[in-house]
Amino acid sequence: MSDLHANAASYVRNEMLPPSDPPAMQTGAIKWLRENLFSGWLNTILTILGFAAIFFLLKEFTPWFLHGVWKANSLGECREIIAATWGEDAHGACWAVIRERWNQFMFGFYPRELYWRPILALLLLMVALAPILFSERSNKLWIAGGVVAALVLWLSVSYGQFLPVGILVVIAAVTALLGSRGAQWPSNLIWFSGLFPGLAFWLLWGGTVWLPVVAMLGFVVGWIAFRFASTVMGAIVGAGAGVVAAFLWWYFVAGPLVDALTQITGRTQPFWLRGVDSDEFGGFVLAFTIGIAGIAISLPMGIILALGRRSDMPLVKGLCVGFIEFIRGVPLITLLFVASLLLNYFLPPGTNFDIILRVIIMVTLFSAAYIAEVIRGGLAALPRGQYEAADALGLDYWKAQRLIIMPQALKISIPGIVSSFIGLFKDTTLVVFVALLDPLKGITDAVRASIEWKGVYWEPYIFVGAIFFIVCFSMSRYSMYLENKLKREHR
Amino acid sequence: MSDPHAITREIDRSHMQVSDEVAIQITGMNKWYGAFHVLRDINMTVNRGERIVICGPSGSGKSTLIRCINRLEEHQQGQIVVDGIELTNDLKNIDKVRSEVGMVFQHFNLFPHLTILENCTLAPIWVRKVPKKEAEATAMHFLEKVKIPEQANKYPGQLSGGQQQRVAIARSLCMKPRIMLFDEPTSALDPEMIKEVLDTMIELAEEGMTMLCVTHEMGFAQAVANRVIFMDQGQIVEQNEPKEFFNNPQSDRTKLFLSQILGH
Repeated sequence: MSDLHANAASYVRNEMLPPSDPPAMQTGAIKWLRENLFSGWLNTILTILGFAAIFFLLKEFTPWFLHGVWKANSLGECREIIAATWGEDAHGACWAVIRERWNQFMFGFYPRELYWRPILALLLLMVALAPILFSERSNKLWIAGGVVAALVLWLSVSYGQFLPVGILVVIAAVTALLGSRGAQWPSNLIWFSGLFPGLAFWLLWGGTVWLPVVAMLGFVVGWIAFRFASTVMGAIVGAGAGVVAAFLWWYFVAGPLVDALTQITGRTQPFWLRGVDSDEFGGFVLAFTIGIAGIAISLPMGIILALGRRSDMPLVKGLCVGFIEFIRGVPLITLLFVASLLLNYFLPPGTNFDIILRVIIMVTLFSAAYIAEVIRGGLAALPRGQYEAADALGLDYWKAQRLIIMPQALKISIPGIVSSFIGLFKDTTLVVFVALLDPLKGITDAVRASIEWKGVYWEPYIFVGAIFFIVCFSMSRYSMYLENKLKREHR
Repeated sequence: MSDPHAITREIDRSHMQVSDEVAIQITGMNKWYGAFHVLRDINMTVNRGERIVICGPSGSGKSTLIRCINRLEEHQQGQIVVDGIELTNDLKNIDKVRSEVGMVFQHFNLFPHLTILENCTLAPIWVRKVPKKEAEATAMHFLEKVKIPEQANKYPGQLSGGQQQRVAIARSLCMKPRIMLFDEPTSALDPEMIKEVLDTMIELAEEGMTMLCVTHEMGFAQAVANRVIFMDQGQIVEQNEPKEFFNNPQSDRTKLFLSQILGH
């Protein structure tokens, strides 16, 4: 380098001039304003109109919001308080309706002394989700855990039911212990995620513990049959055998076995929880139950449908295409009506198929069809070379799908899949049409039907809407986190 | 001859003996894409340890031919026997052949969501059921051989084209294949990267690997091949040892092709 400099011609500059600031009109806030808000006369007019609209909206809304009353027992009382405090003409929100009817919005008509059960189910859901959503410890996980812990603490204390708090303390202790020993946390909790569906079912509906246990055993039976048959007769026959074995178990063995076990244990405490009927469910307990079950089942179902639609086997392909096109071509409400009215005609007489279960099935089928199409888009986006490379290495179809194709296709499809999840969660409010008490209309109508709260309009809708927004926005943020984490190709 | 990638170094031929054992036997093979007759009456025998370069104008069916050997393409007529296993619709045979035959593609086809090391260990772990530790040791051995062990924990997208292609070669070698197929391995590379990939392939040849290579690198063909096959319009037009092939081509089509490819 020095050599080069020594020999450099005299007209080559060795030192740079000190940098000068760009003109004031070209930097910072002024530049931004000029470029984005006032770049032409049309944009200037639109900007001014936009600000005017925002101003008038806020002018009307802010006092209404700020004059809100939180402590009152009826709408009349609310209005009296507002008139007394802010003058006769003042408007104000009556948030007291949410405070007073909080339990109804959250739990519907779930028995009050059993509120700890859905709360506990929510807490355990978060534990079950941790290993699925986060593959490694991260600050976000701790923040999420903290928020959930605070929520559970607050809910439990406010109902004077301390069991969830006790379990929270235990979980925190176990977590701290595992974390301090550097174990593979949270991914080593995955076994709990597998048990959670049965546990949540038992906590929410109560009854005998043997029903969920025996039902979950069906999966184990199917898996054993699959393992056994696939070593003898190959993977496809094995999968069929697994499905058949599981269904045989549920259809013939499960019923008598549950009865027999229940006979033995009777209604003694650890094996029996007080039963809660499906029509006692309501509010956000109902929305979360349907939404989470639907989300959890529709993703694997969507994957299978998407693979089936791309299959070489005409029968499999035809079935999947027919299913997807049929379900997508029919409004969800139609399916819900089928669930509530028609399904009973087709089921054997005497079977009483739970209404929430029926709704979950329909919502799941509906969402699975959409997710299948989203994933098919992801599959189509993968270059052919990926399939060929997997084939050339000797991976069979299922291994290639699991290790090479699906991880990439799902990554591409994350935004679409999460959109479907968000849609599904919001669609849970449609269950009001089959006489279930969803938080948006079912519960709100019930609240407004009472003498105290007749005439309250905006507040319940705003509240329910806000909770839906928080949940859906969280899902959206998580999907962005996941996309960023998986962004590995720097092409 | 003005080959820009002329092989300059001395090649060690001590291991490059051809045995009498047959590695690949193709008899009377025909293939159609719909009504289009891509491969016509292909007959060829590859002995163990042979290094064969297949060349020909584009669309002549040379890629299709080597893709038939590990059944990435199906043939409709005739017989292909690889390593004593006949390729039929039997999926088990196909998987067996594929795990014995390594393949390197024009566009590398590395798995972008896995690290270089994971790319190399995936098939040994899941197909050969090799323990993870052992698979990783093997992978590192081959990555050292292609001279990129330090990239093991990067993702394919972070590597240059030449490096990616060498990883692809290492990934195939990790399955300990007995036959390697190369489908235009240098065609998608920048000129300065071609040499590093060719060097890796030459090293492989020096160790006595059975190789079938579709390529336009005539320098490579002259240096390491013991047979050059010229294909045109789905047929094997001419095959000979490299010296004879380049100096004394028999058919007019071969002469035309060679004049075009070597003329510039």
